[in-house]
Amino acid sequence: MTRTLLTGNAAAAWGARLASVDYVPAFPITPQTEIIETLAAWLDRDEMPGRLVMLESEHSMITAAGAAATSGVRVFTATSSQGLLYGMEMVYTVAGWRAPFVMVNVSRGLASPLTLEPDHTDIMAARDSGFLQIHCASCQEVLDSVLIAYRLAEDHRVRLPVIVNLDGFYLSFTREPVEIPEADAVSRFLPPFDAESTRFSASAPTSQAVAVLSGTPYSYFRYECHLAAQNAITVYDEAAAVFASVFGRHHEAVEAYRSEDADIVFVMIGSFATKAREAVDRLREAGQAVGLVRPRLLRPYPAEQLLRLLAGKRGVAVIDQNLSMGMGGVLHTELSAALYGKPGAPAVLLSFIGGLGGRDITPEEFYEIAAVTRQAAEDGVVPPPRLLYSRDEHREVTKLQAIAHTERNELESKP
Amino acid sequence: MYRIRFHGRGGQGMKTASRILGSAFFLEGFDVQDAPRYGAERRGAPIFAYVRASRQAINERGVIHHPDLVVVADDSLVPVPAAAVLQGLDAHTVTLINSHTSAADWQQRLNLAGPVLILPATEEAEDRAELPFVGTTCAAAAARLVGVISRDALAEAIRTELGALGSQLVEKNTEAALQAYDLMEPHAGTVTEGKAHSASGYARPDWIGMTVEDVDLAAPSIHAAATSVEVKTGLWRTLRPVIDYDRCSRCWWVCSTFCPDSAIAVDADGRPDIDYDHCKGCLICVAKCPPHAIEAIPEHLAQAAEETNA
Repeated sequence: MTRTLLTGNAAAAWGARLASVDYVPAFPITPQTEIIETLAAWLDRDEMPGRLVMLESEHSMITAAGAAATSGVRVFTATSSQGLLYGMEMVYTVAGWRAPFVMVNVSRGLASPLTLEPDHTDIMAARDSGFLQIHCASCQEVLDSVLIAYRLAEDHRVRLPVIVNLDGFYLSFTREPVEIPEADAVSRFLPPFDAESTRFSASAPTSQAVAVLSGTPYSYFRYECHLAAQNAITVYDEAAAVFASVFGRHHEAVEAYRSEDADIVFVMIGSFATKAREAVDRLREAGQAVGLVRPRLLRPYPAEQLLRLLAGKRGVAVIDQNLSMGMGGVLHTELSAALYGKPGAPAVLLSFIGGLGGRDITPEEFYEIAAVTRQAAEDGVVPPPRLLYSRDEHREVTKLQAIAHTERNELESKP
Repeated sequence: MYRIRFHGRGGQGMKTASRILGSAFFLEGFDVQDAPRYGAERRGAPIFAYVRASRQAINERGVIHHPDLVVVADDSLVPVPAAAVLQGLDAHTVTLINSHTSAADWQQRLNLAGPVLILPATEEAEDRAELPFVGTTCAAAAARLVGVISRDALAEAIRTELGALGSQLVEKNTEAALQAYDLMEPHAGTVTEGKAHSASGYARPDWIGMTVEDVDLAAPSIHAAATSVEVKTGLWRTLRPVIDYDRCSRCWWVCSTFCPDSAIAVDADGRPDIDYDHCKGCLICVAKCPPHAIEAIPEHLAQAAEETNA
């Protein structure tokens, strides 16, 4: 096993390489492109077998991925943000085919306005598609999660595609020490893809089609997809346990960091959660019993694990790096639904929106979130959702607006 | 934990610098995080990269707000607000500037609380085959300033990061790097690890409650034409392409077609003219010109010559 410095993108490519993927339909987009560039270079130099094909859009790319997966080969693909949305019709469609493959999404905020930096609104758009979702907080997790994702996707009880999500810049372009597993250890964890009944053969042409159906059969197939996704809770736990026994690294469906004896808990996903981990350590030094609960697995939603980890806590602060317009943070909404009416549910569940478009969340903000949550627990009053946004930031935007206003006036005054 | 920021322009090798320093720390047994940060722009645009190194696992992420060391590869970035070179500097921060100006002058100009050191700017070679190795020398100087990276680890890190470019480039970079490393010898260990951000007595964030504003104000639309004319991207240039009209063959379309910024206009007689307000100094024209009539001259020398002529 080699410990080396890798970006999150390189770690994703290593995951695909070690999974011995046969086929990589590809389309570039910042900040994902380094993944397919890395794979293309390896394929070009015969350092790994397989084929990479550049498609003309993400729509075709995801179609090709689904088609190839149902023809019995192991498929890897990757996208980000606008690209994920461009392919969204097929995201829902191929999940309905029960086509098992792995797609990495490098999270990046959605237009408009345009940004290259990360938040999770892009991946939330794929939330209801039938793709399962694993969210990573480190480059090591990216590599490991790609391997786990294949076991999950290809398991007979699941048979659904999986998205492995990592944050642009904060993981995609950030190098960290990563252990690259040996190929024989990977083969002990991940057996070759057995396509079972969906195998196609070049000498025996056949077709696979999906009919137009009325509500009764439609409901059956859609709900079967949902139930298979729910099966993935157990299958994920099994896969994570085998992974830990082979590689010694633990990737439970929900990470609990110093939360057991905590009275206040942060809940968040993705790489910013390591910032929360840091804040937990500092708050502990200052004598405060604060912890972190971080779902790695977001689809299927690990409701029971979350209830078990959060039961009896005085206050919970959900930090959403996404925004559902007209509603608020998606994680807060989902956790509220999961905890409502359950015995032991925390008395107060606060909503914070932060880190949109890569906007940082500072240590002081985590400390303040803990303080506000503690106060809410004492008062028994939940404050309204809070956007993490300072007076200085607002001043900066006001300045931009003033410049735009002046330029507009100048333009309009011209003959 | 060590927290180090590199500021430079796209093409100067700041990402590479952060990787060389990151690898050197890693070889010395540190846990490391290194990353570049840039937007949609290319050569010449302000970029920065950063390195964290610690004996423990690193949980911090993203932009470094309170650096122990700031390395500035291009001193023209210091007053550029978008480059944020001066952000978060305090008495603990060492500032290392690649510059022709003295440390005393920079200290006087900026009134910094922490020490300022100068990495004497190398005269960018006029022969385009000779690169100035700015990124490598910045990484090497930083490696010496932290005092925990050996010469051998630095050389090994350069081999790791630049090996794919061939042994000749590795050798040249290593030579330039070790010179910069030795130059910083008197200041070895000046940069020390910063503290963790304590949760006791922290400065409370000045959060505001966002209110709804009129859509004319609150939609992210730009109602102005030709804004790219107003933005003087020529300020990004570190090397200036200069046309030798005696050698120019008036072929009229090569340089102007390949210029990615449409900064070369050609008149009716086929004479090309470079718009230095918008030329970013990418030097594609230098590479493409069939009769080799375009030369690259260090921008600061070109400006000095202009001042003398004026």
